[in-house]
Amino acid sequence: MKTFILDFIYILSAFSFVFGIKQLGKPSTARRGNLIAAIGMTASILGTIFLNDTVMLKNYPWIFGALIIGTIVGTLMAKRVQMTQMPQMVSFFNGMGGACAALISIVEYDHYLHHADSASATRVVILLLGLVIGTVSFSGSMIAFGKLEEKIKDIHVPAQQVVNMVVLLSIVALIVGMASGFLTNPDFIYLILGLSVVYGLLFVFPIGGADMPVVISLLNSFTGVATAFGGFLYDNKVMLFGGILVGSAGTLLTVVMCRAMNRSLTNVLLGNFGGVAAAGPAKTVTGLIKEVNASDAAILMKYSKKVIVVPGYGLAVAQAQHVCHELESYLEGEGVDVKYAIHPVAGRMPGHMNILLAESNVSYDKLVEMEAVNPEFKITDVVLVVGANDVVNPAAKNDPTSPIYGMPILDVEDAANVIVMKRSMRSGYAGIENELFYSPKTRMLFGDAKKMMTELVNELKAAE
Amino acid sequence: MQAIFQFVSENQLMIYLVVLMIFVGIELIEKVPSVLHTPLMSGANAIHGVIIIGAIIVMGQAENLFATILGFIAVCLGTLNVVGGFVVTDRMLEMFKKKK
Repeated sequence: MKTFILDFIYILSAFSFVFGIKQLGKPSTARRGNLIAAIGMTASILGTIFLNDTVMLKNYPWIFGALIIGTIVGTLMAKRVQMTQMPQMVSFFNGMGGACAALISIVEYDHYLHHADSASATRVVILLLGLVIGTVSFSGSMIAFGKLEEKIKDIHVPAQQVVNMVVLLSIVALIVGMASGFLTNPDFIYLILGLSVVYGLLFVFPIGGADMPVVISLLNSFTGVATAFGGFLYDNKVMLFGGILVGSAGTLLTVVMCRAMNRSLTNVLLGNFGGVAAAGPAKTVTGLIKEVNASDAAILMKYSKKVIVVPGYGLAVAQAQHVCHELESYLEGEGVDVKYAIHPVAGRMPGHMNILLAESNVSYDKLVEMEAVNPEFKITDVVLVVGANDVVNPAAKNDPTSPIYGMPILDVEDAANVIVMKRSMRSGYAGIENELFYSPKTRMLFGDAKKMMTELVNELKAAE
Repeated sequence: MQAIFQFVSENQLMIYLVVLMIFVGIELIEKVPSVLHTPLMSGANAIHGVIIIGAIIVMGQAENLFATILGFIAVCLGTLNVVGGFVVTDRMLEMFKKKK
């Protein structure tokens, strides 16, 4: 009877995962979708603990101890993290899932050694695949985490592709050897583990920080696949179901993200971004830079009809989203039409800017996506670029030698005036010059985004 | 070769499920606006935390110290993935509330 109830719970949980992801795809229902999936997950965890008749579970104190520790630590970490650090948090949690999958495989292999009757060649293959994918996901996610925290720099190993291939082939050879019984020493599993860690590191090392979201999304789907192998191992359908669902959804999400940046997945994975530009002759842009002070910029915006703000990572780093909203409300009060132009890859992840601005109470309908906002720049008086660079670089449209050539950008140069708020003339993530800064329409407002935004608001108030 | 066919035959239902789920996953993501990509990735990240079920089974079957310790760590990490994943996603989505 208990087993029947457990099966029923698993079916409901599986349904909650699909329904949850479905609802996550719409802004109005997203939060509910997440909650539904969480409830399904809780039900299947509790069911596994209390209603399991097929596998006799022992060690209850250990299980509950681990659950409690994980819950407390997980909740604290998730609650404390800054909104700007969301991407690395996701990467971290993903790595934990991967490590979990790898540990399961190791323990299960140890179990086979003591109970030879339950082992078979196919099960060993499934187990080892789960180990490899879980481990690669773990070590890769940790590097991605380190890169987003800016603790790890891009590292290019000489003959990268060859080294990667050798490592990968060795892993495959070891799996085949162990499954066929050719390699009898059980300790080879640790060699596979070690090689998988190395592969994960090599996989992520050369990829630039700007591409980390794509990598995280890909590693996310890796962990999904590792979970699915776990499902095969235990003949557990909800694990298989959830794993494959995340595996396929994650892979497509990765492709969609690449498309938004106009890059191919291979290009991202080979870490070609920027590397090409360094090799080619760097096109230097020369011209005159015009500076503007906060008071003039404030007056210019105050007497405009339409202002569009282009937020970038600089705004996020400076935590300027709240004062940015203040500026927007103030201008709105003066009868100026204010909108935000959101580039698909503004910030560090798709949708990152939306989350940050929504955090500071910017109304959802003020955030306009690139395709919708581009025609509007022609009738815009002032564009205020806050800490964004590559997403407004005209080189993407008119310089075929540029590494970002072909990337869709925001056509801010169509507006009557452009004010660029930046800390310095330093180039953006792609490491290239931006001719927009030298355009006759452009004026630069140098300084920290938060400080300058505050000054703009103060100037507006003073001009009252 | 025979082992492969035998495996496929014995696990027919699972394999049907895998093929169908791949299509379902693709279908679900195709029409999502890019603003929701980050929360969606984070939500999917929490869902693959279902690996914790495997970790619980491993822990529950552990017979020696080695298995107990690794199993314990596995359950801890799996819980981190599940709980952290859902809470982070919720925090992101909290921001999307419609303003009146």
